[in-house]
Amino acid sequence: MDYPGRGRALGPFSLSLSAGETVALIGPSGCGKSTALRLLAGLEAPTRGRAAPASAKGETSVVFQSATLMPWATAQDNVALPLELSGTPREEARARAREALAKVRLAGAETAKPAQLSGGMAMRVSLARALVTRPKLLLLDEPFAALDEITRRALADDIQVLWAELKPAIVFVTHNVEEAVYMASRLVVMTSGPGRTAAETTIEGPMPRPPGFRTTAAFRETAEKVSHDLAVAMGAAP
Amino acid sequence: MRRLTAILAPAILILALLAGWEAACRTLQIPSYFLPAPSAIGAAAAQDWALLLHSAWNTLSMALVALALASAVAMGLALLVAPSFLLESAVRPIAVALQVTPIVAVAPQAVIWAGLDHPERAVVGLAAIVAFFPIFSGALTGLRSTDPDLERLFDLYGASRAQRLFRLRLPSAAPFILEGHKVAAGLAIVGAVVAEFVAGSGSAQGLAWRILEAANRLQIAKEFAAVIVLGVMGVGLHALLHAGERWILLRWRGRR
Repeated sequence: MDYPGRGRALGPFSLSLSAGETVALIGPSGCGKSTALRLLAGLEAPTRGRAAPASAKGETSVVFQSATLMPWATAQDNVALPLELSGTPREEARARAREALAKVRLAGAETAKPAQLSGGMAMRVSLARALVTRPKLLLLDEPFAALDEITRRALADDIQVLWAELKPAIVFVTHNVEEAVYMASRLVVMTSGPGRTAAETTIEGPMPRPPGFRTTAAFRETAEKVSHDLAVAMGAAP
Repeated sequence: MRRLTAILAPAILILALLAGWEAACRTLQIPSYFLPAPSAIGAAAAQDWALLLHSAWNTLSMALVALALASAVAMGLALLVAPSFLLESAVRPIAVALQVTPIVAVAPQAVIWAGLDHPERAVVGLAAIVAFFPIFSGALTGLRSTDPDLERLFDLYGASRAQRLFRLRLPSAAPFILEGHKVAAGLAIVGAVVAEFVAGSGSAQGLAWRILEAANRLQIAKEFAAVIVLGVMGVGLHALLHAGERWILLRWRGRR
């Protein structure tokens, strides 16, 4: 993937996904992680090669770094947006939006405007909006970047619980090793930009993660290995 | 407390300035054709209050009609050209040319176009030209200020052009559009007064007409009274629009 005026942002890079798996892309800033997500979402076309999502239109959802809500619309209207854009009748769209909000533990906040929500709540509204279409592919672009530690852990568990219900394939981009190991069943370490695959790790363990997973020896070892891979990947950069 | 200060502070300053003015006029014995004392202006205003109010209403109503006209044309045009870079580039220079045209220069022709029997149409048209640009420019800027990630989201969900315009760009532009109207309202009053100076007569006798009339008769206190009524009217309209803007934004955003 090349950008005019900026040169190559990503690649050559290849990633294939199987249904229901959670893949984390981890790498230094500017390695093209977000570009990879935009290619997967079909929001941009690759300079060479192809991005062939198995999911049809409307089966892919994205959660961005910030909540990216419409400030003038209530939480419920924000969540109902993808349904209304694709022509779902208004009342049905709202009912499903209320359901989706309840799933992210925001029942009762339907009429709140984004400015009245905390950062973590706004991200959960964003997550509800992504899930309301029951996507087959969920793309998360550093969804925890702007949150404090407690909130990000709670959100990570929320995502896992929701994943267990719908089983979408998840690709999520992060530069936090622990979050990546906690969330993903497969982890791809990328080099500095233009990003290439530096290492790949399969993470054992049940999904969703049981309580206390972060303190197990397997978790610590995998995290150490990935940190090492990441350091090598960054050192390999010019 | 802050609200009280916001009202009291300018009131005290105005009273102090008026007192200084009055004292200067009396002690220096300034002739009234040169600078009338505030008391003389007050007396003139009290004597002619009915006519002044009627004239103020004429000017205000022409300015408001001009504002509504400018708003409709500017908003319609902005919505039409904003989705296309080509159209916007084509229209923008013409809009700027309209903005820098001094209306006194085109006023005589506007009177002819409007017909000598309808001077108020000329005044409204001229004031609308002045009020057009801030609304148009504000709306265009607003329509282009959308969060790029929200645009991507609309791409992802396959939004149509109309959905993108009315569900994303127009609401995003709301604060810019409100600000544009606030600026345009003040300009519409100034525009109406200037246009009246050139084109006013008959049914278009507003405050400018009173100012001209008083000046020609050397009734300087009356002239000042009309100018002051004009100022009060402008401040009042601005305050009203400011309050309206805050009220709408509060509902738009959910909090200040």
